[in-house]
Amino acid sequence: MTAESVHESTRPLPTVPGDGSAPGPHGTRLLSGWFTSGRAADLADHLDRYGPLPLDRARRGGRGGPAPLIHAVEEAGLTGRGGAAFPTARKLQAVADGRGPAVVVANAMESEPASAKDATLLQLAPHLVLDGIALAAEAVGAREAHLCVARTRQHQVHELHAALAERERHRVGGVPVRLHELPHHYVSSEESALVRWLNGGDARPMSTPPRPFEKGVGKRPTLIDNVETLAHLALIARYGPAWYRQAGAPDAPGTTLVTLGGAVRHPGVYEAPMGAPLGRLLAHGGGPSEPLSAVLVGGFFGSWLPADEALPTRFTKQDLAQLGAGPGAGVLVALPERACGLAETASVLAFLARNGAQQCGPCRFGLPAVAEDFAALAFGRLDPDGLRRLERRVGLLAGRGACRHPDGASRFAATALRTFAAEVERHLHHGPCPAVDHAPVLHVPTGSVPGADEWR
Amino acid sequence: MAITRSTDLSLRLDRIACEGHGACAELLPELLSLDEWGFPIVHSATVPPELAAHARRAVAACPVLALRLDRTRP
Ligand SMILES: Cc1cc2nc3c(=O)[nH]c(=O)nc-3n(C[C@H](O)[C@H](O)[C@H](O)COP(=O)(O)O)c2cc1C
Ligand code: SF4
Ligand code: SF4
Repeated sequence: MTAESVHESTRPLPTVPGDGSAPGPHGTRLLSGWFTSGRAADLADHLDRYGPLPLDRARRGGRGGPAPLIHAVEEAGLTGRGGAAFPTARKLQAVADGRGPAVVVANAMESEPASAKDATLLQLAPHLVLDGIALAAEAVGAREAHLCVARTRQHQVHELHAALAERERHRVGGVPVRLHELPHHYVSSEESALVRWLNGGDARPMSTPPRPFEKGVGKRPTLIDNVETLAHLALIARYGPAWYRQAGAPDAPGTTLVTLGGAVRHPGVYEAPMGAPLGRLLAHGGGPSEPLSAVLVGGFFGSWLPADEALPTRFTKQDLAQLGAGPGAGVLVALPERACGLAETASVLAFLARNGAQQCGPCRFGLPAVAEDFAALAFGRLDPDGLRRLERRVGLLAGRGACRHPDGASRFAATALRTFAAEVERHLHHGPCPAVDHAPVLHVPTGSVPGADEWR
Repeated sequence: MAITRSTDLSLRLDRIACEGHGACAELLPELLSLDEWGFPIVHSATVPPELAAHARRAVAACPVLALRLDRTRP
């Protein structure tokens, strides 16, 4: 992903005060540097805009008193941007309350194929993320921090090494951060997989409990946060919760990075207010480029929603949950009417089946069986008995793996069967429609099941 | 509202260790069944006192120690 994928509108750019406390053009915060300067922020740009690292504001009170930063993050209502939208302050507090020195892990793996927001953020504003790591570490009492990236993204690795070296040279402060290059598979970015890899094992999810916040890296209480979450935290530390809440909605405060794809005029990464209707989020990318049948919310780990249901729905955890969806990592893919939702779904399920960690029953047997039946439904023939079998197997995936990979695949398949119910009927009785021959809307990575030696 | 007694037990299944031998479900069909590939489906993790003996037997029957009984925290 390159900076070019962040789109500028043709509106004139307002100027931003040097302290960065006012929202940038189009309400941006994380990406305001890019919109005002048009280039990735190096350390000097970053310090000009945001000032020095406010480590003292994160420091814990005497005798284990709570860190003011954790309180500020709670007041701000920040939720995780890695997928589950979990309240960040609750996790910070749990790790801070744990026994002994803690560890911080920043998740920059971005294994979701439809997402590009973490790569974009790390390219354009790496020091916001690195500030967030330093501040979170201070708040939970960590003496070490790890930044996990995908080994396949060497360009990103080089840029981050350079940014870390720059901070070292200029003595920015904070705990040392070690950069790690992990194998890049769909589930190697799940939090227990990061812990297992950092402890010297395979980057495959582990059985929990213990959860990482109890016993993670080196058996110590471990905070694992998405890099975007940490960047928001770095701004909350500087400007406070009231400022944070000036954007977004009371029940979904702040801004969020979204990756818009499919039938939108200008696909790419945008920063938008939380809580806006999905239609408004798509408008950041110029809106739909043709009539839509559905929207995929949350990417390959997400849910299909009919377009008329999706577009007026607000982007909050609660509103989306009512439709069986969630904010996920902020991916929205607009499916045009001419595309076949069943064919798109079948390709993604095949990808998810190839990419389980081959450890648990549902990933070894259930998921491949579901993918196979779905492929028959989309591209070949499936009879009504086959459809009933498919529905039963989809219903048996969730909650039955060590991690939530099968749950994601189950939801993806179930929401497809609901959203594309009319197409399911058509395929059952007449076989595939001509749309299956069109170029797919979703870019599904190819590749085979990772070998046993490809997880380290 | 159910009152959780300190004697309440709950089943914990390590999904990675489990190899789908199915021995557990045979001994505890009230709480466990098997999918078509022989992997357990946990219908309820809470073990009522009258099933505690069966649950202990199921746990002991698992050849890979994937099934455990934990005391539910009050
Ligand atoms: C299969 C799977 C893949 C995941 N991949 C990512 C990922 O690429 N990046 C990420 O930040 N979180 C990913 N997560 C979520 C992490 O496990 C973890 O919850 C997250 O990093 C926590 O950060 P947050 O609280 O800031 O969202 C994944 C979860 C699952 C189940
Ligand atoms: S559920 Fe699948 S991806 Fe998750 S740990 Fe088990 S085998 Fe691995
Ligand atoms: S007996 Fe053990 S290995 Fe076999 S299905 Fe039950 S839990 Fe899994």
